[in-house]
Amino acid sequence: MAEGAPASKKPAIIRVKLEWCKGCEICVTFCPKNVLEMEGGKVKVARVEDCTKCMLCELRCPDFAITVE
Amino acid sequence: MFDYLPYIREWNFPHIWCSGCGDGIVLKALIRATDGLGIHRDEAVMVSGIGCSSRTPGYVDVNTLHTTHGRALAFATGVKHASPNLNVIVVTGDGDATAIGGNHYIHAARRNIDITVLLYNNYIYGMTGGQVSPTTRKGDRASTAPFGSIEPPFNISGLAKAAGASFVARGDVYNVKKLEKLIKLAIQKKGFSLLEILSPCPTAWGRRNKMGHPVQLMEWLRDSTVSMEKWEKMTDEEREGKIRTGVLHDVARPEFTDEYAKLVKRLKAEK
Ligand SMILES: Cc1ncc(C[n+]2csc(CCOP(=O)(O)OP(=O)(O)O)c2C)c(N)n1
Ligand code: SF4
Ligand code: SF4
Ligand code: SF4
Repeated sequence: MAEGAPASKKPAIIRVKLEWCKGCEICVTFCPKNVLEMEGGKVKVARVEDCTKCMLCELRCPDFAITVE
Repeated sequence: MFDYLPYIREWNFPHIWCSGCGDGIVLKALIRATDGLGIHRDEAVMVSGIGCSSRTPGYVDVNTLHTTHGRALAFATGVKHASPNLNVIVVTGDGDATAIGGNHYIHAARRNIDITVLLYNNYIYGMTGGQVSPTTRKGDRASTAPFGSIEPPFNISGLAKAAGASFVARGDVYNVKKLEKLIKLAIQKKGFSLLEILSPCPTAWGRRNKMGHPVQLMEWLRDSTVSMEKWEKMTDEEREGKIRTGVLHDVARPEFTDEYAKLVKRLKAEK
């Protein structure tokens, strides 16, 4: 699968729309770089510096709640 | 980052689907696919019946028709027949399409009318609490089968193919990039295109079948789906419990609205 390929070298900006996040943990579990964590039933960006901008979290979030730039 | 905002009815968000429901993942793939194909919102009509999956049109800012249970294909047939240039996309559930709507399903496929059907298969009636549907797998528990279903399920892709669909494919919400590609192919194909999408329901199906957490359902999809290429090389034993995804069937057949236009032309010439 071509999924998971790293993109540009600029540091990632990960935004979370907390009001829309339902805490399903899909983004957290399937992030290949372990960037995300759960906190209080919602996602938390814990290690943004490790993000390769593979976009998998954004692609799989069912709630339009996380974006990577 | 993909900007979904121009395509969604933001005021309807957060959407109604449960935490971890695959339906939101499909909606995003659908938006990316139509954007990628350059389809303008005025050229697209999304039609649905009733069910959790059928709520999809309420979130998309295109022409939408939320109809009655099982009848999405009947309405969609009317729309396509009246305006053959529109891209008509039906969003339907396994219950909506193959139980109450089963008759419309086989006949739309038989006519090979140019409609794209995204059939979200979650193996049960999600919206009404998890009753057995025609795709519930033998042995699976449902609210109406507390000891496990004793019925053999429909193979909905095989059903569409046998009835006459010109394009049949299967995708899933774990392999999202592939899903997006399959949606594009289904929309581009002239004729009846059926894309079965495995979008399991954690609330009404997963919980009863030892996969109550959305992550478990995604892991199940990761571990049980195989590409067509891989499937071809597998033995019957290896295929046990596996589900193939990709294009299952793709042929050219006369399309209904084309045939109708030809008839009109012929009759006018004869006058
Ligand atoms: C004529 C009619 N009969 C029954 C119902 C009740 N009903 C609403 S949704 C539904 C089943 C939905 O299942 P499915 O199509 O698989 O969609 P899902 O909710 O799983 O996405 C039923 C039986 C109805 N709304 N209308
Ligand atoms: S884009 Fe998302 S999934 Fe990919 S590394 Fe960054 S945080 Fe993880
Ligand atoms: S996938 Fe989306 S809804 Fe689920 S925890 Fe992550 S941000 Fe929240
Ligand atoms: S009941 Fe199931 S199908 Fe319906 S929104 Fe919840 S998880 Fe999705």
